[in-house]
Amino acid sequence: MPILETIGLEKRFGGIVAAHDVSLSVEKGARHALIGPNGAGKTTVINLLSGVLKPTAGRIMLEGRDITGVAPHERVRLGMARTFQINQLFLDLTPLETIGLAVSERLGAGSDWWRLVGSKSTVTEEIGEIVERFRLADVMHERTAILPYGKQRLLEIALAFACRPRVLLLDEPAAGVPEAERHELLATIAALPKEVTVLLIEHDMDLVFSFADRISVLVNGALFVDGAPEEVARDPRVKAVYLGEELDA
Amino acid sequence: MLTILFDGVAYGMLLFVLACGLSVTLGLMNFINLAHGSFAMVGGYCTVIVVNRLGVPFVLGLPIAFLVSALIGGLLERTLYVHVYARPHLDQVLFTIGLVFMSVAAVDYVMGSSQQFVQIPEALQGQFNVFGVGMGKYRLLIIVVCGLLTVALQLMLTKTRFGSRLRAAVDDHRVARGLGINVGAVFGITFAVGSGLAGLGGALGAEILGLDPTFPLKYMIYFLIVVTVGGTSSITGPFVASILLGISDVAGKYYVPKLGAFVIYAIMIVVLIWRPQGLFARSTAR
Amino acid sequence: MTATADDISTYLKNRARWSPLEIAFWIFAFATIWLFPGKYLIMKDTAILALFALSLDLILGYAGIISLGQAAFFGLAGYFSGLVAKYGLIDEPVIALICAGLVAAALGLVTSFLVLRGTDLTRLMVTLGVSLMLGEVANRYSDLTGGADGLQGVTIAPLFGLFRFDLYGHNGYVYCLIVLFVCFVIARRIVYSPFGLSLRSLKGNSLRASAIGIPVKWRLVAIYTISAFFAGIAGALLTQTTAFCSLDVFSLERSADLLLVLIIGGTGYLYGGLVGAVIYKFLQDWIATLTPQYWQFWIGLVLVVIVLVGRERVERRIAALRTAMANIVARILPRHTALGDAASDGR
Repeated sequence: MPILETIGLEKRFGGIVAAHDVSLSVEKGARHALIGPNGAGKTTVINLLSGVLKPTAGRIMLEGRDITGVAPHERVRLGMARTFQINQLFLDLTPLETIGLAVSERLGAGSDWWRLVGSKSTVTEEIGEIVERFRLADVMHERTAILPYGKQRLLEIALAFACRPRVLLLDEPAAGVPEAERHELLATIAALPKEVTVLLIEHDMDLVFSFADRISVLVNGALFVDGAPEEVARDPRVKAVYLGEELDA
Repeated sequence: MLTILFDGVAYGMLLFVLACGLSVTLGLMNFINLAHGSFAMVGGYCTVIVVNRLGVPFVLGLPIAFLVSALIGGLLERTLYVHVYARPHLDQVLFTIGLVFMSVAAVDYVMGSSQQFVQIPEALQGQFNVFGVGMGKYRLLIIVVCGLLTVALQLMLTKTRFGSRLRAAVDDHRVARGLGINVGAVFGITFAVGSGLAGLGGALGAEILGLDPTFPLKYMIYFLIVVTVGGTSSITGPFVASILLGISDVAGKYYVPKLGAFVIYAIMIVVLIWRPQGLFARSTAR
Repeated sequence: MTATADDISTYLKNRARWSPLEIAFWIFAFATIWLFPGKYLIMKDTAILALFALSLDLILGYAGIISLGQAAFFGLAGYFSGLVAKYGLIDEPVIALICAGLVAAALGLVTSFLVLRGTDLTRLMVTLGVSLMLGEVANRYSDLTGGADGLQGVTIAPLFGLFRFDLYGHNGYVYCLIVLFVCFVIARRIVYSPFGLSLRSLKGNSLRASAIGIPVKWRLVAIYTISAFFAGIAGALLTQTTAFCSLDVFSLERSADLLLVLIIGGTGYLYGGLVGAVIYKFLQDWIATLTPQYWQFWIGLVLVVIVLVGRERVERRIAALRTAMANIVARILPRHTALGDAASDGR
């Protein structure tokens, strides 16, 4: 059974169809990439999956459970977390506080208004682990607003990871990251644990083909091609869509 | 009961004339001007001075109120308000509350704190009796004047070039600027006219609403209710809202005097829960 | 534990520790009981205002909710405590105080959903509307509330049966100061807890907050209710120590003055309300001696000037002042870190 599945997902904004009959199937432990030209609706699909948008039609199944009507913060509790294409961070908090927040929430301490932050050792150990994994130890006491973009991007992913999701949705993680900081980012993504299923939107084809074990191509809101990387790479229709050539008859 | 309806409509139209400037300012510049009531107060006091002390006929006192308030409004807009347009709403609220406090204290100092009455000419005192319905002559005047103003406003908005520039600027002032519309001038004129109308409303309303230095504080919430319930994207929205509120308030005070103005506040809260952007606003949030 | 985890744990624990500056502040605050014996009444008013401002800081500075309606909770609790004292329903002032706070909290809970929806403007309107509405109700039911004359005939029983509130104000002031301190400690605890941290995330980016599993709505409801509780306590303190309550507790002026206090003192670090209240009262006292009747004019002018100059500029100056003081402390006592706060300016 796929860990994440969409069935006939549809999203209309008035007359505009942003997503049409999208039936996606992501296997447990997969490294699944979602690619397509600009405006194809990839971010819309992620927004639908994470609950920021409500679908006009269709269903979303997480681990066999229908989550179509579930609120975004509940989906996190059910094991799905996401990153944003444009960093959505807490600019006045430090990376330590940011990750600490996510970890506390997850461990159920979020509504605890009496205990001091940092008094539970399970929490601090986990914060330390995540900070190390995402190479943020040297900047963890700095205000997020003044961090270099690459570090912010790492924090963006670290934050989603701190929710210990079973399914992680990454929306263009490498977007806007300068060349010098890319390596760190890509290495961190490649080192994500095998148990975490990753659905990745990306434009960077190097990243896609080195990382993904399955690729889905989205064009004009609909699934175009879906298969193993070699198949997709060889498919002339995909090339045509990206390069704007006429489709062969 | 029809008298109540009549009184309610008069009250509502008065509220409309008072509040429409605020509505347009909010819709146009996304600016919360809590000091709007101060312009109304100024207009009212102006008429009091001019009619009671200088012997100017009441009919002239009204346009004078309009002009004085419009002038002060235009002046303040160009010198003070323009610096605050880009600020967050909280700043705007604090700024205009500050202006209210200053104006209230200043008027108290100059004119004293007792309620002022405008000397209404004999011809406007008393009632007509039409089919057994008592219609106050003064209230009839209010309905007529406010009705004419409403029609004039609507015509101006829809038929004149200035009107279409104004509507364009309300819709999206960045695009309007890009089209060559002098948005700054539109703001200034609109603000002045809005303030002038408030002044006129204050003068007209002195008899019914009571004029004293605390006027802006007492009635500010009413104007805000008209604007929030009626929305800011048209004239009809605030108009309907004003009439509704006018009738509810008068009827409420008559039938359930214990609750009084409570009715209006409750309506506002209910409407805001149901539709946070107002009854008539467009669904696109600003 | 790894080196990093150790570091983190120490850092977080240190952050929440009472800094020497804070300790000095409270020692001085309590010392005023003996230092300024002639000024009890104004100091008592300052303490009440400080607590009231603290309640607004919790929602404005930490959760980002703009409200002009804290006066609703202040006034409701004020009238409640006056009425239960007048009709002998609850004699012991402390119990009446807590009950009044709970009543205000109940109102906060019930009206909290109003501030969840809509824009900042809507929130301003609705909160102001509720506050004015309560004032109107109090005005109408004048046989109960005394209407425009205020609540008459209130007699407050001695605190714990021992300490009577006299006109001189000594017991009243000590009472208010202790209540302020207790409430402050509670608020401080809340702010440094995981809950408090989540509030700051709501203020910063509520979209992301919900994307990491925070139930945004419930947190806002919770802090709004807590803030209403504190505002109510402040209102009840006023009634209990003056044996009087009048309609102006619901007025716009009260809510506006509160905002001014927080602007002067700064938001987001808990002491803003306290510092602002002290400065505000000084200002008020000073201006009142110059022009007793037209105090409102000068307050209005101050508001206008502050906005024109730029609130951020004022806030930055205040924040810079705080950092400077914290640096001085750090140099004297290098082990202690600066006051942990929501408006950190980088370290």
